[in-house]
Amino acid sequence: MSHFLRRQGWVVGLFALLIVLFIATTIIQPAYGSNDFGSLARAVLPYAFAVAAQTVVVIAGGIDLSVAAMMALTSVTAASMMNGASEEYALFVMPFVLAMGFALGALNGLLIVVTRVPDIVVTLAMLFVLQGAALLVLDAPGGGIAEWLKALISGTVPIPGLPDAVDAWLPKALLVLIVCLCVIWIPLRRSRLGLSIYAIGSSELAAFRSGVPVKRTRIIAYALSGLFAAFGGLALTMSTGIGAPIPGPYLLASVAAVVLGGVALGGGKGGLLGPIVAVFVLRLVRTDLTLLAIDPNVTAIIEGLIMVAVVMFGAFITMRGRQ
Amino acid sequence: MSTSAISPQSVPFGRRLKRLMADRPLIPLVILLVILVVILQILRPGIVNERWIANTIKFAIPLAILAGCQTMTMLTGGIDLSVGTVATISAFIMATQIVNQDPAVAFLLAMMPAVLIGLVNGIGVGVFRVHPLIMTLGTSLIGTGCLQVYQRTVIASGAKIPDFLAWLGTGVTWGFPNALLLFVPLAALIVFTLARTGFGRLLYAVGDNERATRLSGVQYWQVITALYITSSVLAGITGLLYIGLIKAPSLSLAEPLVLPSVAAAVIGGTSIFGGRGGYTGTIIGALILTVLTTLLTILQMPEGARRILFGLIVLFVTAAYLRIVEER
Repeated sequence: MSHFLRRQGWVVGLFALLIVLFIATTIIQPAYGSNDFGSLARAVLPYAFAVAAQTVVVIAGGIDLSVAAMMALTSVTAASMMNGASEEYALFVMPFVLAMGFALGALNGLLIVVTRVPDIVVTLAMLFVLQGAALLVLDAPGGGIAEWLKALISGTVPIPGLPDAVDAWLPKALLVLIVCLCVIWIPLRRSRLGLSIYAIGSSELAAFRSGVPVKRTRIIAYALSGLFAAFGGLALTMSTGIGAPIPGPYLLASVAAVVLGGVALGGGKGGLLGPIVAVFVLRLVRTDLTLLAIDPNVTAIIEGLIMVAVVMFGAFITMRGRQ
Repeated sequence: MSTSAISPQSVPFGRRLKRLMADRPLIPLVILLVILVVILQILRPGIVNERWIANTIKFAIPLAILAGCQTMTMLTGGIDLSVGTVATISAFIMATQIVNQDPAVAFLLAMMPAVLIGLVNGIGVGVFRVHPLIMTLGTSLIGTGCLQVYQRTVIASGAKIPDFLAWLGTGVTWGFPNALLLFVPLAALIVFTLARTGFGRLLYAVGDNERATRLSGVQYWQVITALYITSSVLAGITGLLYIGLIKAPSLSLAEPLVLPSVAAAVIGGTSIFGGRGGYTGTIIGALILTVLTTLLTILQMPEGARRILFGLIVLFVTAAYLRIVEER
């Protein structure tokens, strides 16, 4: 148990924080119910995928500044392809967009490996490229989406045998998030590839000397990041019903949640669970501040302060631990 | 790039040329700049005249100063993404406070947030050892929030651009933009500081090998705090200059300059991992990016295509430049 706590201490702490926040929310707004939780889950969905995209790359010792732009591009592509098309056509669009994200992510990795330009610069350049591509696909917010995709994340999951009261607390969006992340992350974590990703993040030289194909692993890490970002883009289109070519605030949010989630920015440490919980924490803080009727601008300041304070605290703890 | 085409015919000469370029990394950059200007002249004959040059320099200067902030922070292995917000805040406060304050007081008020943000950045990076990328992103988020709250309080009093800043930002005297009066001493100071002073050497040392530097008795946090305050103050000054150039205070005035400023420093040959680079390259990098933007505007491409090309060119130039420098 103590071993588990030591290894997962950060995530357990985050969970505790999340529960405290939930309690605080119900105190602030006694009427906070399953509906509000559903909308929280829907709001979290694109953020969570953005964070997953960032997490994979950060664990592999890199950083991806193009996450938000990738989401914008995949979102507008999906929205413009599905606009006015039949419901069945969406069955083809979904895998196509996901494959596009995967391929563009792989391109990110390939460029880093081949040109040997630092990852920050490559993904910065790709940020411009993807943003431009998104503007070429749709120059103003628009497009459409199949109804069944919209329905996929709204409402709750009816599980037979459970009372409605419990059912109501299981929004579909949460289920979609958990399924999508688990299907990719759990097999990856247990595979040789997952180990390689952690290895190159921890020490590239040591990984290389132990026979890990460093270049290939790096490319795959970025490809996975692209795939998660494509999920995020789809989630964005699913929740708004349209595609917007201007990237949202997902880059900053993803980096913040990754750090808050206990993933070291040097790489090699942490998991996916922490950052995802961190996203919920950050969103819930925002909900609470809105419920308290605080000026949205002040909310932005408080969010920033929390982020900086958490990061400083985390860095301080790591420093103490090292001494 | 253009040189590799010559090398097959005369190998010794080509190799000598390559070595020359590796030793003097500024040469390929200047060549690239000239090539861009020539392309521009071919596409629009007669565009390259005195007025155009003055205009280009005018728009390159704010970018070059911000890229100077990036150069200095990147030398220590850091990055300062809060420069855009700092510049915007200074510009906005200057424009709103000048309405009913003495210019000197308004200037001091405008520079205060810059110093404060720089101090917080420095303490976060230097003392708490937060990653500079996160730290500066965080402070810029807070800064933007504060600016929005501040904007509410001054909405009634309005804003105006001080004549002096407008003169400095847009004025041209004998074909030279007035902004050079500010930029030339500033650039000289940065180059001098980096190359000839102890502080400059400390920046290189910290970026090259932090552990060794600390073991040699350098107070890491003092160097870093001083660095980020300097960077922020420079960004604040840029904001004042930029508002004189753009003449419309807004809440995202200098924000679009942030990523290009990183690109300019990288194109100019400063290593993002620290310890290598200089300011002269960065200035040429800023000029290259400004000319490039003009070029892409003149081609009348849709906005999307322009951004794609911009990204690709930044990537290509950086990659090619790394190749040349690594030849040595």
